[in-house]
Amino acid sequence: MIHFVLLISRQGKVRLTKWYSTYTQKERTKVIRELSGVILTRGPKLCNFVEWRGFKVVYKRYASLYFCMCIDQDDNELEILEIIHHYVEILDRYFGSVCELDLIFNFHKAYYILDEILIAGELQESSKKTVARLIAAQDSLVETAKEQASSISNIIAQATK
Amino acid sequence: MNPFSSGTRLRDMIRAIRACKTAAEERAVVRKECAAIRAAINENDQDYRHRNLAKLMFIHMLGYPTHFGQMECLKLIASAGFPEKRIGYLGLMLLLDERQEVLMLVTNSLKQDLNHSNQYIVGLALCALGNICSAEMARDLAPEVERLLQFRDPNVRKKAALCSIRIIKKVPDLAENFINPASSLLKEKHHGVLITGVQLCMDLCKVSSEALEYVRKKCIEGLVKTLRDIANSPYSPEYDIAGITDPFLHIRLLKLLRILGQGDADASDCMNDILAQVATKTESKKNAGNAILYECVETIMSIEDNGGLRVLAINILGRFLSNRDNNIRYVALNMLMKAIVVDAQAVQRHRATILECVKDSDASIRKRALELVYLLVNESNVKPLTKELIEYLEVSDQEFKGDLTAKICSLVEKFSPEKIWYIDQMLKVLSEAGNFVKDEVWHALIVVISNASDLHGYTVRALYRAFQTSTEQESLVRVAVWCIGEYGDMLVNNVGMLDIEEPITVTESDTVDAVEVAIKRHTLDLTTKAMALIALLKLSSRFPSCSERIKDIIVQNKRSLMLELQQRSIEFNCILQKHQNIRSALLERMPVLDEATFSGRRAGSLHTAISTSTGAPHNLQNGIAKPAAAPIADLLDLSSDDAAAPSSSGGDFLMDLLGVDLSPASAPSGTSQPPKAGTDVLLDLLSIGTSPPAQSSSSASDILSSSQDNKAPLANLNGLASLSSLPANATSPASPVPMMDLLDGLGPIPQKHEENGPAYPSLVAYESSSLRMTFNFSKQPGNPQMTLIQATFTNLSPNVYNDFLFQAAVPKFLQLHLDPASSNTLPASGNGSITQNLKVTNSQQGKEP
Repeated sequence: MIHFVLLISRQGKVRLTKWYSTYTQKERTKVIRELSGVILTRGPKLCNFVEWRGFKVVYKRYASLYFCMCIDQDDNELEILEIIHHYVEILDRYFGSVCELDLIFNFHKAYYILDEILIAGELQESSKKTVARLIAAQDSLVETAKEQASSISNIIAQATK
Repeated sequence: MNPFSSGTRLRDMIRAIRACKTAAEERAVVRKECAAIRAAINENDQDYRHRNLAKLMFIHMLGYPTHFGQMECLKLIASAGFPEKRIGYLGLMLLLDERQEVLMLVTNSLKQDLNHSNQYIVGLALCALGNICSAEMARDLAPEVERLLQFRDPNVRKKAALCSIRIIKKVPDLAENFINPASSLLKEKHHGVLITGVQLCMDLCKVSSEALEYVRKKCIEGLVKTLRDIANSPYSPEYDIAGITDPFLHIRLLKLLRILGQGDADASDCMNDILAQVATKTESKKNAGNAILYECVETIMSIEDNGGLRVLAINILGRFLSNRDNNIRYVALNMLMKAIVVDAQAVQRHRATILECVKDSDASIRKRALELVYLLVNESNVKPLTKELIEYLEVSDQEFKGDLTAKICSLVEKFSPEKIWYIDQMLKVLSEAGNFVKDEVWHALIVVISNASDLHGYTVRALYRAFQTSTEQESLVRVAVWCIGEYGDMLVNNVGMLDIEEPITVTESDTVDAVEVAIKRHTLDLTTKAMALIALLKLSSRFPSCSERIKDIIVQNKRSLMLELQQRSIEFNCILQKHQNIRSALLERMPVLDEATFSGRRAGSLHTAISTSTGAPHNLQNGIAKPAAAPIADLLDLSSDDAAAPSSSGGDFLMDLLGVDLSPASAPSGTSQPPKAGTDVLLDLLSIGTSPPAQSSSSASDILSSSQDNKAPLANLNGLASLSSLPANATSPASPVPMMDLLDGLGPIPQKHEENGPAYPSLVAYESSSLRMTFNFSKQPGNPQMTLIQATFTNLSPNVYNDFLFQAAVPKFLQLHLDPASSNTLPASGNGSITQNLKVTNSQQGKEP
């Protein structure tokens, strides 16, 4: 299973973290710090797998962001590379040419998308179309709720004038 | 302002934080925001709860503490609207972990949401549950999740499947309930449900053997058929990745088949065809295809043996090895390490490619390849493999050299067919990467050399040649210097020439030159120079004609700043000058080190050796901090110090044979002989301990002289005992010897001991033909500063001394107190003696001079 997902920028800033195994807040900070150190210093031509604390960490760099996933020893590293790419492509389709800034200002949306791809550290859906459809459906629910609320508050505002 | 909008203000906060130039600025902004949020929480603000939680999550990602927001998550989850629940669940997953008790409070909300009419809300609840539920929550909500495995909407079913995985991991007892629903998921057509269903079955089989049996019996054919269908399916735009339809599903199915086929021959039979098909038909140009092939190979190697399939698998791995992509090669090397257990022969065929990988530019690949090569070595291929590895050693880069050297050394040791080959290889390694060679390794080499008595000549000549070219390799220099010292005569006289050797003329002075280089070169460290000194001493015995020159070299080191060298050179000089009669006995060839005992001890003390031996060069200190010596180091007298090595006991004959004492005739016990202890005692007595012997000799004289002037100790010595009636011949002969005698009479100065026993042997402080003074020392326990000396005077002349008076003077930091003597008259010819007590107090006990 995937134990955690980490998105870090080239300068070591954390853009997204998702933990599927139990780590306390302190442990999480420590892990992030350690892994940032290991991964950010690796050269560009090296392979994308790092052995760390008895686990394997698969990472891939997209522009200025490193996508890292920590897996068990007996998991398939090449498949995890595919899962990372799967996630990036979905993000790309959703935001339209996604860049790091999109993920900073819309981090909650990045999380929602990740939650449609992975649960409990395992892959949930292999079709990008389905994931996009689900996210769109939920977004429209939010939009509808917004409209309803604004129309109610308008009514209240007018009523209490 | 729209109460549901977290948009504008969240954006603004993020923008503000990003605009901060320093950490302090950022902290200020965050503090302000947190204060506002806390205020809003206290007022139970409904409207901006959503936005505040989003802000809190961002702040949390920056690394600040946000536990005050945890209850907000709960309130949001309990709200009715979808957007609030969405952000509430997200906050829950981000800000909490399963160990917090707050989590239990969510159980009720979760239960309600799992039964909600809106399928997206059900999905939210399943997601949250699947990511962070604790064991109690799992137990409570398992029935709900089980029910949802058969929900009408496939998206909910797939989430329920993954949620169930977490439940059975947390509470394995519940696994039985999920077996039936899980296996029915395997018959679905929806890819998402299939993937998650397969994964659920995998985890079920891992947790429960019942499940394994059930799935094996009922589901294998179905699974094989599904895999066949997906492998043969035409292009499907929705699932296509790099020309393959849904590689993820391929991989999951292969994994499940692996679990089912392991240990079961029938099951393995069912899948042979499809495995062969996948292995041969899958395109391997892109990563997706390679991922499938990798999984397929893993499965083939794990299930029950089918010869043809295994060969196929290893061939795939061989192809991977020559792939240009680093990832593929890494993965292949990994797999080969597992495959070697199963079929070593097949892996051997790829030895050449693996060797190529050892020279790869990627560090992780090099490491893996080296480990694999290590596993591949056996008696038949050790020679060519070692040759290749050593060739590579010359061009490899620094970080890798250490690993590579260690592996080569251990290979050579394990598999060397004959001694001469072993010595050759080790010489090559030492010449190339001597600085990376660990101490145990070259110690072992010396043991082997000393045992291979017919190869002594060959070895020393080879070392001599190597030494000419590679003097910067520390270990090589050490071994060379030791061998030249031991077998120098063989070198010069070309003893034991083997057919393969070229003739070489080495004169005696050439050998001395070589060792001199070792001493003079400033890049070499303390141990090497110390070994060189001993080697010189041995040479002086083997080549008497060079004695003078050797003496000069040794004498040059008497003023060395390193305590060890100074000490040794003084001692050796002593031996050269005064003890020629015992010199040759002293410097006989070393007895052969017993290999069996050595490797036994080494294995036993390997732990200590690893923890105490350092590869780093020793620091230049005045002998104050001695290098941490592994017990083996002491074996060869390589550490300058400490008879008390960590794991040795008095019975370690090897240790003492070569060890700390230079005394001949193999003193079997580790205890020093009294005269040596005497000087040491004297040193310690005055607690001038760490100062070099040269200085201490002058201090020793001070106690008997009235001035600190080093230059004229003799005169003072003469003026010392003012004898009222001196017989004419009682004056001490004005010979230059007495000062040295003081110390010579005590034998060569031993290695400095840090610790001393509480009993101090007595000391003959002065002896001439007319008078002898003996000092007995003691220290009171608990008062280390004060030393009690009982002086005994014996008259060796035939005349009676009347009014005998003894005076003494001490340097400033000591205080002296003389008790009255027992009598003033010293009878002649040793018929009686006078005793007098002195008390010396050292105000600088334990401090550096």
